[in-house]
Amino acid sequence: MSTDTQQVESPLISQLRQGMRRENIGNALRDIGAGWKRRELWMTLGLHDVRQRYRRSKLGPFWITISMGVMVLALGLLYGQIFGQDIHEYLPFLAAGFVIWGLISTMILDGCQAFIVAEGMIRQLNAPVSIYAYRGLWSVLIAFAHNIWIFVAVALWFSVDLNWNFLWLLPAVVILLINGLWMSLFFGLLSARFRDVPLIIGSIVQVLFFITPVIWRPDMLPGRALLLHLNPFYHMIEIARAPMLGHPPELNNWLVVIGLALLGWAITLFFYSAYRWRIAYWV
Amino acid sequence: MGNYPVFLLGLPVAHRLLGLKETLVASILLENVSVSFPVYNSSTRSIKNRLIQSATGGQIRADGATQRISIVQALQNINLSLKSGDRIGLVGHNGAGKTTLLRVLGGIYEPNCGRVSVDGSTVPLFDISLGMNQESTGYENIILRGLFLGLTRQQIKSRLDEIAEFTELGDFLDLPIRTYSAGMQMRLAFAVSTSVVPDILLLDEGIGAGDASFLQKARERLKHFTDQVSIIVLSSHSEELISGMCSQALLMEHGQIVKHGPTEEVLALYRAMRGQ
Repeated sequence: MSTDTQQVESPLISQLRQGMRRENIGNALRDIGAGWKRRELWMTLGLHDVRQRYRRSKLGPFWITISMGVMVLALGLLYGQIFGQDIHEYLPFLAAGFVIWGLISTMILDGCQAFIVAEGMIRQLNAPVSIYAYRGLWSVLIAFAHNIWIFVAVALWFSVDLNWNFLWLLPAVVILLINGLWMSLFFGLLSARFRDVPLIIGSIVQVLFFITPVIWRPDMLPGRALLLHLNPFYHMIEIARAPMLGHPPELNNWLVVIGLALLGWAITLFFYSAYRWRIAYWV
Repeated sequence: MGNYPVFLLGLPVAHRLLGLKETLVASILLENVSVSFPVYNSSTRSIKNRLIQSATGGQIRADGATQRISIVQALQNINLSLKSGDRIGLVGHNGAGKTTLLRVLGGIYEPNCGRVSVDGSTVPLFDISLGMNQESTGYENIILRGLFLGLTRQQIKSRLDEIAEFTELGDFLDLPIRTYSAGMQMRLAFAVSTSVVPDILLLDEGIGAGDASFLQKARERLKHFTDQVSIIVLSSHSEELISGMCSQALLMEHGQIVKHGPTEEVLALYRAMRGQ
């Protein structure tokens, strides 16, 4: 092994040139497809990740449910007072929004870490690297399956009108996961190379929590509809929250989320084609 | 030969006589493969510095010092061709590029330039306990390890009894493996890892097998296992291990191949190079 210090063009550029060969787009798609086929592996890994976090605790993963419950109850009582809201309407609204927000934000935050935490496996296992993104999404989905019961409990308690519209939640979660996959691949890739990306994303997500109507209602923001509608996270929350509260889904929310998926996947495929092969070197 | 029915004569029989599995002819071909790593430190990994770099552009570039990025040339112009039946040992100093070469063969590192074509299912066994979960039971870990090796859950279940029996761990298999001794964990990892026969096996420093009482049994299983594998690439510092398993060897130095030939010749050269 020889080490020499040389004047080079930025390695990112030369790697890009190498990565932009046509066959790499095929390789990237194959990687994502082959990753899907290894689902028995990443489902098991994702499940182990969740169990690992709650190992040897009496209640195990039900702590996910409990901590979400405590959070919703405390915030609900407090902000219900502050905003002068009727608790019967506000608490189900908050519970639904919070559960969905939890799904979206952990998809992004865990996505940033997808490749970083899998360092050891990436360097020893000849599996498609996309399995680490799938694995993260799977554990987020498991957490979501625990959290949704908080909403169900609140909804039953306050006798929310649960109707057939609720079924719209299913396609909503699917499109959110499709968005989550590109986010994991894209931010995971970026984070593997630049280690402050997860920190930057972390603080952005924190701000987004407050500017997205999760604890406040969209109608509390009169005259600033633009701020609301330009925020894709509002639409992502809304496609899932509306059916949970018994409302039919709105077309424009869906259009934005589908548009986000298309745009996100286009950008991700570009970067993933170009730089996927560098991930093993970066981690 | 005369006892074979006529329709069995031909290729399958030839394969059986050669000790090959009927379906596969594994091969590895490397052409002009080079791998280099830019060495990142915290400053090149920081987005802030990159932004500043691109904002101030040419000036810093002209300064030179901050723009110099250490490049480690881990492999240079490697040409290698292996076919079914080959057992090859990689020797060389630490950092000669042996592990990097194994990772290229395993498809973990895609090279900067050159062509790699590998035919056949490849299993890198660098760490046979990779992916074992301390909190999960022995049985769960058998399944987990099996999935890592590319088996389906169904395939693992059909081998579960055989693997469990070989480990001799009995009821311990129902306990989390953090309660196991190191030797017991090794047995488990060994039993699972040798239950799947790949076409191409990549080994770093061989396969450890735990305590002495187990060793004889493990050795037999290992022999049976390695005999079925089509191509083995073994990187090791132990000449004994290499000459015991490999018919040919590859001496590497500074990421380049110094010599590729029969094991004894290569090991002799290696000894000479080290001044012994």
